[in-house]
Amino acid sequence: MIGVISYGFYIPKYRIKTEVIANVWGKNPEDVKKSLMIEEKAVSGIDEDSLTMAFESAFSALSTVAVDRNKIKVVLFGSETHPYAVNPASTILAEFLGIEKNYLAYDTEFACKAATGALISAQALIKSGYSDYALITGSDKGMGKTHDVLEYTAASGSVSLLLGKDDLILEILDFESFSSDTPDFWRREGIRYPSHGGRFTGKPSYFYHIKESARSLFKKTGLLPKDFSFAVFHMPNGKFPVQVAKSLGFLPAQIKDSLTVNYLGNSYTASALMGLMAVLEKAKPDDLIFLCSYGSGAGSDSFALKVTKNILKKRKEFTKIIKDKKNIDYPTYLKFMEMI
Amino acid sequence: MSKLIGYYTTQFGELWEKSLFDLVEEAISGVLKQTSLSNKQIDAVFFGNMLAGVLENNLHSPSKIAEILKVNIPIYRAEAACASGGAAFNLAKTYLDSNSNKNVLVVGAEKMTDYSPEETITGLSAASSGEEQEAGLTFPGLYGMMANYYLEKYHYTEENLAYVSVKNHFHGSLNSKAHFRKKITVKDVLSSPYVAYPLKVLDSSPISDGASAVILTNNRDLIKKQKNSVSVIASELVTDTISLKERKKMDEILATKNAADIAFEKAKISRKDIKVAEVHDCFSIAEILAMEDLGFWEKGTGGNKITELSTMFGNGDSLIVNTSGGLKAAGHPVGATGIKQIGEIFLQLTGQAEKRQVKNAKYGLAHNVGGSGGTAVVTILSS
Repeated sequence: MIGVISYGFYIPKYRIKTEVIANVWGKNPEDVKKSLMIEEKAVSGIDEDSLTMAFESAFSALSTVAVDRNKIKVVLFGSETHPYAVNPASTILAEFLGIEKNYLAYDTEFACKAATGALISAQALIKSGYSDYALITGSDKGMGKTHDVLEYTAASGSVSLLLGKDDLILEILDFESFSSDTPDFWRREGIRYPSHGGRFTGKPSYFYHIKESARSLFKKTGLLPKDFSFAVFHMPNGKFPVQVAKSLGFLPAQIKDSLTVNYLGNSYTASALMGLMAVLEKAKPDDLIFLCSYGSGAGSDSFALKVTKNILKKRKEFTKIIKDKKNIDYPTYLKFMEMI
Repeated sequence: MSKLIGYYTTQFGELWEKSLFDLVEEAISGVLKQTSLSNKQIDAVFFGNMLAGVLENNLHSPSKIAEILKVNIPIYRAEAACASGGAAFNLAKTYLDSNSNKNVLVVGAEKMTDYSPEETITGLSAASSGEEQEAGLTFPGLYGMMANYYLEKYHYTEENLAYVSVKNHFHGSLNSKAHFRKKITVKDVLSSPYVAYPLKVLDSSPISDGASAVILTNNRDLIKKQKNSVSVIASELVTDTISLKERKKMDEILATKNAADIAFEKAKISRKDIKVAEVHDCFSIAEILAMEDLGFWEKGTGGNKITELSTMFGNGDSLIVNTSGGLKAAGHPVGATGIKQIGEIFLQLTGQAEKRQVKNAKYGLAHNVGGSGGTAVVTILSS
């Protein structure tokens, strides 16, 4: 069985409240909060980017296991805010982690599901015998244009997973993927901020792809929503994951622990994985977790994961970490995001 | 006498999976099927569309329609902003007035939701004067100014305006082709965000996709074979200044007033004969002004009249307005709107309006406005 042997996450210290942004633009904060179900979002500092955050989460993942770093022959870095258009962030990450040079590295891009796509590739490379271990990272300093609805949601964060065959915390029981050419959200080369198709990002995009990948997984595995202790979805806002979970037949109790978007925002490639981080704080051995990402453009990866008894000794605190925060005002936010 | 013998409309809404000409094709095949006509029996086509040239670089649409219809007949595109549909219908009727034994197809369509709101709004602003555009005025801004003036002059509040949307959303809930089918309350309207003071989101019609088509004919043999037909007893198009600042009155759309006066004179009926009307409610204030300018309500009384909701379906036997849901709830695919309005009256006069069927209506009126009143088309139909 292949799965996750260690994990790490990084959430920057800074937060900006929805009402702070809403007040700048003359919007009723309560209307915005009700619509997006986001109280505040995590903001990376001026000296942070997707790579520095990836290092933090990956370092955390590697620091709690005694793994020979030279046996990590796969390093994959999923992001939609890679620091370079040309020049891999995965090699910089591996270099700073002290992974020796005989490894395969590449950066992946598929909007918010770049990291779960990497997860599928990485587990396949282990399964093929190419490597004993693989490191995958989802990391983003999410940008949203000022006065765009994304400004309330686009957040920063990073999650890293170390995959292997032994001493697993999470077994990857199975996965399914569903993709199509659906241009709901995009950013062209050289353009700073993403564009999106408004409501088109919903029904024909997020909901359609997630439902299809989830139903494929249920059909393939014979598992049903009721079999899972937790369900985790990509969280572009607070409403979508709740709605899609309900439509698939999950109960509110199954997703409530995963809804990090309510207080951290949408950290793009790290969004669904961040929900997984929150869930792992509570998961018990033998619990089944349904993990489902969504990437605009568009596609969705669904996973059936099983928690092992190793969670009891490798569990990391999540709730306590996120309480270490500092709220900032709007000009500081603009400065940190290098918008001014 | 020209007769309207068939109507078909696509669903109105965010139809992302369909292109402009997918919608046109659906509307054309729908209305041909309904009237049992073949493409070869159509003698001319009039197409109402505003934005294809601006948004998708698609002009010369008559040739595209010839390709869809597989015919080599006269096809014309009419453009008069939001009155493009009404203008196409008016031209079709005029064509029949000077050509005997002809069948004409009138189709109106618009594809608006595949573009960013900025692109679509910029395209729509092409219907205002250059000076207004340079000043940064959008249509919500122009109608907002008219609303402000009206509320101030006649001592009404935003709540008076809200009743227009409440009524039209109720009607939309009864129309399966409407963009919005949700009933709303006065409180919902008043708590929606401002677009251009005093107009709010729920005072405003949406950006929609859709296509609607009708068949007009003066071929007596064909009319006899049709199950449903209504007479076009008046269709009048009047223009006025494109700029709001050039108008003498801010609380009146003169083009509507003049078109209505001429239409009623030609139809030889009185306002009281009209039992069902579709009026141009691009914003809530527009319906109130329309009801006054069409002569149904006295100038300045509309704010009170609308709060009585006497024009709402189910509230008595007097005139019922915008049973389709109006532009507000049925949606506003610009080029299609004028045809949908006429089509709705056709449904009402031929007993096909299902859950929203108004009883005993012999005469109906459709009112279509371009821009802030630069064009108005008033059409009167008789069963």
